[in-house]
Amino acid sequence: MGKFVLSALVENKFGVLARVAGLFSARGFNIDSLAVGETEDVTVSRMTIVVDADERTLEQVKKQLNKLIDVIRVQDLTGGRYVDRELIMIKVKAENTNIREKIVQIVDSTGAEIIDVAKKSVIVEETGDEHKIKALVELLRPYGIIEIARTGKIALQSETNGK
Amino acid sequence: MSKISGAEILVKSLCEEGVEVIFGYPGGVLLSLADKLYAEKSIRFILTRHEQGAVHAADGYARATGKVGVCLATSGPGATNLVTGIATANMDSVPMVAITGQVRSSLIGNDAFQEADIIGITRSITKHNYLVKDVKDLPRIVKEAFFIASTGRPGPVLIDLPVDVTLQQDEFKYPRTVDIRGYKPTYGGHIGQIKKIARAIEQKKKPLLYVGGGAIISGAAAEIVELSHKADIPVTMTFMGLGAFPADDPLSLGMLGMHGTAYANMAVQEADLIIAIGARFDDRVTGRIDTFAPNATIAHIDIDPTSVSKNVRVDIPVIGDAKTIIKELAAEVNKKDHIEWHRTIAKWKKEYPLKYKDDDQVHPQYVIETICDAVKDKDAVICSEVGQHQMWTAQFFKFAKPRTWISSGGLGTMGFGFPAAMGAKVGRPEAIVIDIAGDGSIQMNIQELATVVMERIPVKIFILNNGYLGMVRQWQELFYSRRYAFTPLSKEGATQCPDFVKLAESYGAKGIRVTDKSKVREAIDTALKEEGTVVVDFVISREENVFPMVPAGESIDKMIHGLA
Ligand SMILES: Cc1ncc(C[n+]2csc(CCOP(=O)(O)OP(=O)(O)O)c2C)c(N)n1
Ligand SMILES: [Mg+2]
Repeated sequence: MGKFVLSALVENKFGVLARVAGLFSARGFNIDSLAVGETEDVTVSRMTIVVDADERTLEQVKKQLNKLIDVIRVQDLTGGRYVDRELIMIKVKAENTNIREKIVQIVDSTGAEIIDVAKKSVIVEETGDEHKIKALVELLRPYGIIEIARTGKIALQSETNGK
Repeated sequence: MSKISGAEILVKSLCEEGVEVIFGYPGGVLLSLADKLYAEKSIRFILTRHEQGAVHAADGYARATGKVGVCLATSGPGATNLVTGIATANMDSVPMVAITGQVRSSLIGNDAFQEADIIGITRSITKHNYLVKDVKDLPRIVKEAFFIASTGRPGPVLIDLPVDVTLQQDEFKYPRTVDIRGYKPTYGGHIGQIKKIARAIEQKKKPLLYVGGGAIISGAAAEIVELSHKADIPVTMTFMGLGAFPADDPLSLGMLGMHGTAYANMAVQEADLIIAIGARFDDRVTGRIDTFAPNATIAHIDIDPTSVSKNVRVDIPVIGDAKTIIKELAAEVNKKDHIEWHRTIAKWKKEYPLKYKDDDQVHPQYVIETICDAVKDKDAVICSEVGQHQMWTAQFFKFAKPRTWISSGGLGTMGFGFPAAMGAKVGRPEAIVIDIAGDGSIQMNIQELATVVMERIPVKIFILNNGYLGMVRQWQELFYSRRYAFTPLSKEGATQCPDFVKLAESYGAKGIRVTDKSKVREAIDTALKEEGTVVVDFVISREENVFPMVPAGESIDKMIHGLA
C-alpha cells in the first residue's frame, strides 16, 4: 500500500465530481484527498486525487478514471517530478498577550501567516507540502487548536529538463 | 430555418440515427413527445405493459441485431422501473439508449410530483448519462448518446429530458460528427503484442482460446474459427460467448466455469497458454482466483482496458477490437498442431461427458436437446430467463452462430428472457424466437403476453416447470441440508398456480401442457408451426440438478459431477 498522487483533467460540467466520487465509492477505492478547480481553460477542471492503494488497485483506479467519458486525461504524478501544496487554516486559542506572542513567533519562523485576530483566538494560515503543514500543526497543538480547515493536495508536474 | 419543439427535435434526431422501433410507456411529462412520435411513421412504438418489459425488449433487440436498442419511460416511477434493465444491459455490454422524461427544469430538486434523480440513480449502471438542460444541446446529446452506446465496449446511455425542454423551440440541425475529447476507444491492437501471442502459440504445447461475449459484440466469430483451425487450438466459451464458436466443431470444449463442462475446466487448469478474447475473468468463470489456470501464460485481447489485469494478472495484454486483432493474429501465426494436447482432451471428453438420467420422465435436459433438434438448421434465436433452465440451455443447446443466444449473464436478471425475446423478434422477424423459461422467472414479466399478442410479435415460451425456484433449491439441497426455505412455488400434485395454459389463453395466446416425455417433440413442433405466441408448460422432474457444478469460491477443477 502507498499514497499516489493522480492529476485528472476533466470536463468542467456539473455532475463530474459526483461521477468521480461515485466511482471511488462503488469500487471500494480509498481516496485520501480530492481537490478540484478550474484550469487555464475554463472548460476543463483539474482534480488532484491522492489515493491509498497497492500497485494493482492503482492501475485499476487510473483505468477506471480514464473510462469515464468526462475524464479527458489522467496523469500519475507519483513516479516523476512534481510539486504539491496544501492550504491549512488553524484556529488556535490565544487568550493572553503572552501566548499571542509565542504564536506570532511560531508563525514568523515557519513562514505562516496570521489572517484573523479575535479576542480569544487567532487564525493561522499556511501553504506548503504535507510535512511543512504537519510541523506547523504540531507546533501549535500545545496552545489548543479549536478548529482546522484544510484543502486537499493540489499538484503539478514539473517540467523535466532536456526531455 | 423555422423552429420546432424539443419533442420534435428528439424525434427527428432518432430518425437520423436510424431508429426503427422504441419500446416504451407514456406518462405526464411525455405527452408532447408521445404526440410527435405518434405522427412519425418511420418509427414503430411498442407499448409494453411495464417499463421493465420495455427496457429488456430494447436490450433483446440490440443483442439480436447489434443495433442500438431504444426505450422510453416517464419521470419518477417510469424511470425507476427501467433501473434493473439498464443494469442488466450494462453488465452485458449491450448498446442501448434509454430516454426518460423528467419534471420541469425549474422543479428539479424540489421533490416535485413524480420526480426521481434518475441521473444520480443510474450513474453507476450506465456507460454515460445526460440531463438535457437546454433544447439547443439536444441534437448533440442524442448523437453522442448513440455514439457512446455503440462504440468501444458498448453499454447503455440514459438521456433525461425535462418536460419544458420538450416544449422549447429551436432550429433543427443534426451534427454530422462527434468529438468527445475524453472518449476515444482504441480499435487497432498493438502489432508487437499480437506477434508475442503468435510466438507463444507456436512455442507452447497446451494452448486454449477462452472466448467471451466481447467476441460476439465485435463480430469476431469467423476470425476465431480461422485462428483455432490454423493453429489447432481448442476453444472454450463463457456463458456470454456461446455461439462465437460452433458447438459441434471438434475443437469446441463448450462452456467453462461454474456449470461448464468438466473437460473445459480441466483444460483451463492444465493449459500452458490461455488466450482470452473479449472475456473478463468473471468469478463464475475463474472460481477460486488464486488456483485459476496455474500453469498458463495469459494473453488477453479486449477493447476495455479496465478488464485487463483486473482479476487475473495478464502476461500479454492487447487492447483493441477482437475482430481486427484476431484477424491479424491468424495471419501472423504459423500453422501448428497440438496432437498430444488433443489426445488428453479427448480422454477427458470421453471420461466426463455432459450427461443426465434419460429415463421415461420429462427431464429438462431432454427438452432442451429436443428443442435444439427441432430448430436445427433453422434461423433461431434462443433467449432464457435465469436459473437452472438457463444453465441447462447453456449446456445442452448446441449454439452454432453468434447472436443466437440471449440471456442475462452478468446481472442474472429473472424476468429478462421473455421481454428480450419480444425485442429480438421485432429485430429479427424472420427468425424463430424462443424464450426458455423457469416457472419462477416467467412470472416476473408475464404481463408482456398482452404486448406480444396485441402487437403480433409471435414468440415461443417454453417453461421448464419444476415447481421451484430451482437454482436456489439446488444450493439448498447441496449446502443447506435440503431445507427448502422460500423456494417451493407449487405443491407436488396440487393444482397449478398459475395454470400457465389458461393464463396464455386468457391473453389470447395458445397454451400447451406436456407431462409425458413422448409428447415433448410434438408439442415443440406444434408451437413452432403455430403462427402466434405459444406457451408450452413442460412439467419436469421437480428436483433435477445442474451438473457439473463448481461450488462458489472453489477451484474450478473441484467439480461436483452429480450422476455417478
Ligand atoms: C430478479 C431476481 N431475483 C432473484 C434472483 C435469484 N435467483 C436466481 S435463480 C432463481 C430461481 C429461478 O427460478 P425459476 O425461474 O423457476 O428457474 P429454475 O431455476 O427453477 O429453472 C432465483 C430466485 C435472480 N437471479 N433475479
Ligand atoms: Mg423453476
